[in-house]
Amino acid sequence: MPDAPHTAPVLEVENLTTVFGLRDGAVHAVNGVSFSLRPGELLGVVGESGSGKSVTMMSMLRLLPMPPARVAAGRVLFQGRDLVTMDDESLRRVRGPGIGFVFQDPMTSLNPVYSVGYQLAEPLRAHLGLSKTQARARAAALLALVGIPSPEARLDDYPHQFSGGMRQRVMIAIALSCDPRVLIADEPTTALDVTIQAQIIALVKDLRARLGMAVVWITHDLGVVAGIADRVLVMYAGQVVESAAVQALYDNPAHPYTRALFETLPSVTGARRDKLRTIAGQPPILGAAPAACPFAPRCAEAHDRCRKANPPLIAVGEGHAAACWLAEGAR
Amino acid sequence: MSAAQAAAPDALVQVEDLSVHFPVYAGLFKRRVGEIRAVDGVSFTIPRGETLGLVGESGCGKSTTGRAVLRLYEPTAGRILFEGRDIARLGGEALRRTRPRMQMIFQDPQASLNPRMTVGSIIAEPLDEHLSLSRRERRDKVETLLDAVGMNPRFADRYPHEFSGGQRQRIGIARALALDPAFIVCDEPIAALDVSIQAQVVNLLEDLQQRLGLTYLFISHDLSMVRHIATQVAVMYLGTIVELASRDQLYAAPRHPYTQALLSAVPVADPHVEATRSHIILTGDVPSPSNPPSGCRFRTRCPVAQPRCAEAAPPLRRLSDGRRVACHFAD
Repeated sequence: MPDAPHTAPVLEVENLTTVFGLRDGAVHAVNGVSFSLRPGELLGVVGESGSGKSVTMMSMLRLLPMPPARVAAGRVLFQGRDLVTMDDESLRRVRGPGIGFVFQDPMTSLNPVYSVGYQLAEPLRAHLGLSKTQARARAAALLALVGIPSPEARLDDYPHQFSGGMRQRVMIAIALSCDPRVLIADEPTTALDVTIQAQIIALVKDLRARLGMAVVWITHDLGVVAGIADRVLVMYAGQVVESAAVQALYDNPAHPYTRALFETLPSVTGARRDKLRTIAGQPPILGAAPAACPFAPRCAEAHDRCRKANPPLIAVGEGHAAACWLAEGAR
Repeated sequence: MSAAQAAAPDALVQVEDLSVHFPVYAGLFKRRVGEIRAVDGVSFTIPRGETLGLVGESGCGKSTTGRAVLRLYEPTAGRILFEGRDIARLGGEALRRTRPRMQMIFQDPQASLNPRMTVGSIIAEPLDEHLSLSRRERRDKVETLLDAVGMNPRFADRYPHEFSGGQRQRIGIARALALDPAFIVCDEPIAALDVSIQAQVVNLLEDLQQRLGLTYLFISHDLSMVRHIATQVAVMYLGTIVELASRDQLYAAPRHPYTQALLSAVPVADPHVEATRSHIILTGDVPSPSNPPSGCRFRTRCPVAQPRCAEAAPPLRRLSDGRRVACHFAD
């Protein structure tokens, strides 16, 4: 598989299912998620908080505490090998050189008692076997890559000496340190100001063009996704409810949930609506695998069938699918 | 005072040259070594029944301004005319008597509601402090307030942890409304909420404004939400207002280079627009307010800065279309 042609997916997730076994019952956080990622592609993952975006990505790399979390079913194929059943040592070698991870909160993801240089050099020495001097030189090069001024001097600084935007750059530099094939960025700009967000987005666009890595970008901001993604997954209740190329999704959202998400958005351009639309109710917490459409209680277009059976992803166009019974008629 | 009142007869809140400086102490004897100029000469007027949006990046002094207007921080200089009376130097009982007229809604409903108090007693606390109601009247008032913010009056006996973020923010709004205020400072009231819930809370704030004739100072870093709720917008940078304009003027054609950069950094949820839109990417971070740059405070990040900008600070001057801009080159 590693010698497969360039168009083969670098990452394939099939029917991934994650259950948390808690004292007062199970929580079904990820319910049969499947997607694939091609080399160099940027996949946006959107949805409200609690829709299972982060848990899906963390399940893939087994970053969740297990127990209580348990990957109940599914496969995660990275370069042809299944991460779910892989032994810990091999998985450790995938994290870092294979798949890099940027977490949401740059304020808490760096260790405050180690210098930034030390934290950057750690994966370089562990994964790439570099010497102390080599690792330091590469750490400085990485800081320069993510646009931090006078990188050599800043290696000995501690996280509290960096601003929020700079810390997120450091996190990105750490994730990139071992030249990963895939970068998973979990809400990397949510905690940042818009001007700093614009800097980070420009940086990721540039790095992607230069390094050719595939990126999964988790966000709740449909504006961010519009500017950077090639393809988008919309998640709800731990399921993919719509999957499409970015243009198709924004032009013809097929799932009522996707349409509702768009309607709640105010904008800085275009016509200004007098009243914002809202989605009544809240995402469900599932005690069992969904037997009906989980969005039906909040959906204006729900009918009997939606309350009896959970719709699978139904193709509505080229590379465009929606988990909605109404999509069947639209085909 | 009479001249100021004559200039704006319908003004509920009029802030003139407000400054808030925090002293910095250092060394063995805790000598005063400098000051952080969080707010430095800010002026604005909010007409009765309208909303002023106050936007800017984190650390620009927008929250400090909001709190100083309510006298939660001591202003270092300047005047705050509330209903025609200068409250900047008011003390003791006189200040206490104006408190019911001006209230605040906080950013984090998790932190601003006492977890050990029931929702009923949280909402009734201002009533106990300022009025002497009978048990029955108090109970009725709490139920009316819960109803006004769209919550079931029976929730009065529950505790904050039993509610979601959006519901908790409604409780915070009910508490702010308890004493029938004229003016409410909303300090990032939606920043901690999910997109779909943000729209619900903003709609509630708008409904209440129409029904009760409230005046808002709406502090937010979310430019698209401010466009929705505000009638006037003030853009702050490093403790000063750089542009103050009506909503439509500001969003249609921002004049200050900082406003232009800020607006261009907000992603638009449309891939067609994003593909062709050019973003102004500001480099670097906001300088420290303890040692602001000479002249124009924005010049270190300004894409069009000239030598003149380092020499003289541009005043906030009125342009021919009525808006105010603090830039040497705006016309």
